[in-house]
Amino acid sequence: MKFGVVVFPGSNCDHDCHWAVSHVLGQGAEYVWYQDRDLTGLDCIILPGGFSYGDYLRAGALVRFSPVMGAVREFAENGGLVIGICNGFQILLEAGLLPGAMMRNKNLRFICEYIHIRVERTDTPFTCLLKEGEVLKIPIAHMDGNYFADETTLATLEANGQVVFRYCSPRGEVAEEYNPNGSLENIAGICNSEGNVLGMMPHPERCCEALLGSEDGKKIFQSIVYHLSGVGV
Amino acid sequence: MQGSITPQMIKDHNLTMEEYQRIVEILGREPNLTELGIISVMWSEHCSYKSSRVHLKKLPTRAPWVIQGPGENAGVIAVDETWAVAFKMESHNHPSYIEPFQGAATGVGGILRDIFTMGARPIASLDSLRFGTLDKPRNRYILEGVISGIAWYGNCIGVPTVGGEVTFASCYDGNPLVNVFNLGLVRQDKIFKARAAGVGNPVIYVGSKTGRDGIHGATMASEEFSEDSEEKRPNVQVGDPFTEKLLMEACLEAFQHDWIVGIQDMGAAGLTCSTSEMASKGGVGIEIDLDKVPQREEGMTAYEIMLSESQERMLLVAKKGTESKVIEIFKKWGLDAVVIGQVTDDSLVRVWHKGEVVAEVPALCLTEDTPVYDRPQEKPAYLDEVQTLEEKDIPAPPDMKKVLLKLLGHPNIANKRWIYRQYDHMVRINTVVLPGSDAAVIRIKGTDKAVALSSDCNPRYCYLDPYLGAQQAVAEAARNVACSGALPRAITNCLNFGNPEKPPVMWTFARTVEGMAEACRVLETPVTGGNVSFYNETMGKGIYPTPTIGMVGILDRVEDRVTQGFKSPGDQVALLGENRGHLGGTEYLEFIHGKVAGKPPAVDLEYERRLHRLLVILAREGLLRSAHDISHGGLAVTLAECCISDETPVGAWVELKDHIRPDALLFGEDQGRVILSLSPENRGKVEVLAQKHRIPFQALGTVGGDTLTISWPQGKLESTLKELIETWNRGLTQWLEK
Repeated sequence: MKFGVVVFPGSNCDHDCHWAVSHVLGQGAEYVWYQDRDLTGLDCIILPGGFSYGDYLRAGALVRFSPVMGAVREFAENGGLVIGICNGFQILLEAGLLPGAMMRNKNLRFICEYIHIRVERTDTPFTCLLKEGEVLKIPIAHMDGNYFADETTLATLEANGQVVFRYCSPRGEVAEEYNPNGSLENIAGICNSEGNVLGMMPHPERCCEALLGSEDGKKIFQSIVYHLSGVGV
Repeated sequence: MQGSITPQMIKDHNLTMEEYQRIVEILGREPNLTELGIISVMWSEHCSYKSSRVHLKKLPTRAPWVIQGPGENAGVIAVDETWAVAFKMESHNHPSYIEPFQGAATGVGGILRDIFTMGARPIASLDSLRFGTLDKPRNRYILEGVISGIAWYGNCIGVPTVGGEVTFASCYDGNPLVNVFNLGLVRQDKIFKARAAGVGNPVIYVGSKTGRDGIHGATMASEEFSEDSEEKRPNVQVGDPFTEKLLMEACLEAFQHDWIVGIQDMGAAGLTCSTSEMASKGGVGIEIDLDKVPQREEGMTAYEIMLSESQERMLLVAKKGTESKVIEIFKKWGLDAVVIGQVTDDSLVRVWHKGEVVAEVPALCLTEDTPVYDRPQEKPAYLDEVQTLEEKDIPAPPDMKKVLLKLLGHPNIANKRWIYRQYDHMVRINTVVLPGSDAAVIRIKGTDKAVALSSDCNPRYCYLDPYLGAQQAVAEAARNVACSGALPRAITNCLNFGNPEKPPVMWTFARTVEGMAEACRVLETPVTGGNVSFYNETMGKGIYPTPTIGMVGILDRVEDRVTQGFKSPGDQVALLGENRGHLGGTEYLEFIHGKVAGKPPAVDLEYERRLHRLLVILAREGLLRSAHDISHGGLAVTLAECCISDETPVGAWVELKDHIRPDALLFGEDQGRVILSLSPENRGKVEVLAQKHRIPFQALGTVGGDTLTISWPQGKLESTLKELIETWNRGLTQWLEK
């Protein structure tokens, strides 16, 4: 199994994602430079967090012109697994691989802290080892994580069950007071209608070891490995 | 290249007539304007340390684990046989007052460059901040700007800001302090230095283009502020963390090869400082051609190019023949990289512009041979007056719970979450003790080890007694690190003072350095580098002497780390140390009685050393559930913090048996005390070890319930967790959130 971690100028969670899948999960992983166009031999592409192109213009906006994104799009269209985390999620939105947009957090400040998310779907490659309604303790760290979509898009997302994670209380209760950034319907992560592209604001790679305060993020990467190989890790 | 320098030009360059005469002597002729600019900036207080050097020599700088002491971009200590950490603290006070956001942001950028210049990857930052009181709107504006500037730069570049400190006092109204610490990880055999060598080797400029920003930033930091200081806003540089991220990655990639001879970042005094320091340290000369320097603006003069403080630039010397490979790496990261000159054998810094030599100055004249002053000192008149405190004149308040809540809700003590929530404190996934404990703990991947970091200084203590205050700052920083289970190993410092030309300021500076030297010697934490920031005065009003300490400790096994919050009901609460009820200089005295008076608490350094070693052993033996240093606000505040600072708050019952006046017992700030919690079956072992280290041990009570109850011989107080948490949380946010 081989993960490809894309490195854009300004990516800063690339090392963390690499560490999580290679060191913690013991899977193969390699960095993919943003000017590469060849994703041969890779089973899952991770678009890591950070500030690609300094977030200039708009978070994630400039990346879609980089050479690797053409290859990522093709990879996704052929059913390959793509997970965008934080800035990676913003990139997927800007590149049109997922619907909707990110606005600035409702308090207009950067927020870094552990929060909780509820698992809404367990039939995706990213959540197949999780239980429906399971609560994950996981950190967020972003300035623009306030998910927005127009009413039609939102209705389609909900109807198709494309909302994968929602912000919630430690006990799984989804309510406005547990929404850190103002996202519509407490949305923390969505997938495309085929289910092979996931975008999420929280950082699973930051909580794969007990030492760091939570191991819940590991379950997401383990799900990917299980889905691809049919074997648990 | 002869110019005619007028007395006004000399004055405008912040040089005295005597200094100018020395320049003429050294050069054997009059300087031209470009040379005057170059020399004046290197002779500024900020770059030359001319008022502090004679004193800084008193600081201990050596230990077997110190790999690099003062004199390089950062100090380095060993972590194990292979790895080392490079760390340093610097101030960005003046720019942060004038333009808080960019001032603080570029402070972060500057300290990061100091660290990766050494070949180290930056892995953690701390910020020690002092602001005026929050009731004044301008101070809130400065705070908001500083915090968001730090967050913007640190978050974008992806280096976690894992801790620090924030205090408020009206002496910082016109002079906020922004002291930024960074630590990086480096292999011992891959440490780089700011040294040029090898005649004929290429000098390469990398990073951002040079513009007119920040000209004379270093000179600005070397004078007092007046009413029109805000007009100096154009002197503040503008940061670009994205470019610095690329610069950092490119440098770290280039360091993997055997191509780089020496490297220096362009911070204060830009090209001037980097060329002269590299030449002087290497005992060689450097010759550069300004026409080759990438420029952002047209028509820049040699003077402007040499003095620009444009950010995100580096100067490096490569082995001859490798320049194209070095340049290729920087190009890969989308950065300018140009050979602008070469190493020469004549020990001169020679600058060409448009085909002419526009400056030619001996490198030593700019570095080692700068003026050194042993400025006059005089004990400040205020000291005897403020040190007098008659405790009998302090009325004991009737309601101790009210006092506890008032202190807990004071911005100095209140929950700092509003601030650290804006910092990415987890990126790079090494932060194994998150902000909010006595020290941040950062694991070193690929080893069992971790480093513990704390920044500390109680400026009120330093105001009341600079010598004791400096000792206390070192002792508290070491204690904080030891509370996390790590052995304190070395410090960096940031010495923030007023105008050194005033004898009382110089006196407090000298006493501070002496106190710090003594503390560092006894605690075996040498000083590996740091920074002096003088002239922190606006319209003649100076700050408290503020010697900020950045302490680094090493934890042998990351699993042994300890945090400050109580963990499980049924655990025992215990005290290491003794309650003596010292009231002088306390938060209690200032915020309840409106007095900044008395002597600060005494520090027994030999005792502290034993206490720190005991804490390390207790952690290593796995005997602690929590450990929290007693500092601001004393015993009662510390107990409240133990109850509410962990993720899951828990109450406690505590019985104090000391016959001391209750306010002094609850809120006195005697040093050398730590609140522990431990599983009951370990009590015997802890007591035996404490006795062995000659540290008093006293069982105080039990963890549990949803209230904090503290009783003493004459009374008791009881407060629910809910009211403690609400008060503590509101302390800052009531001022900062509408």
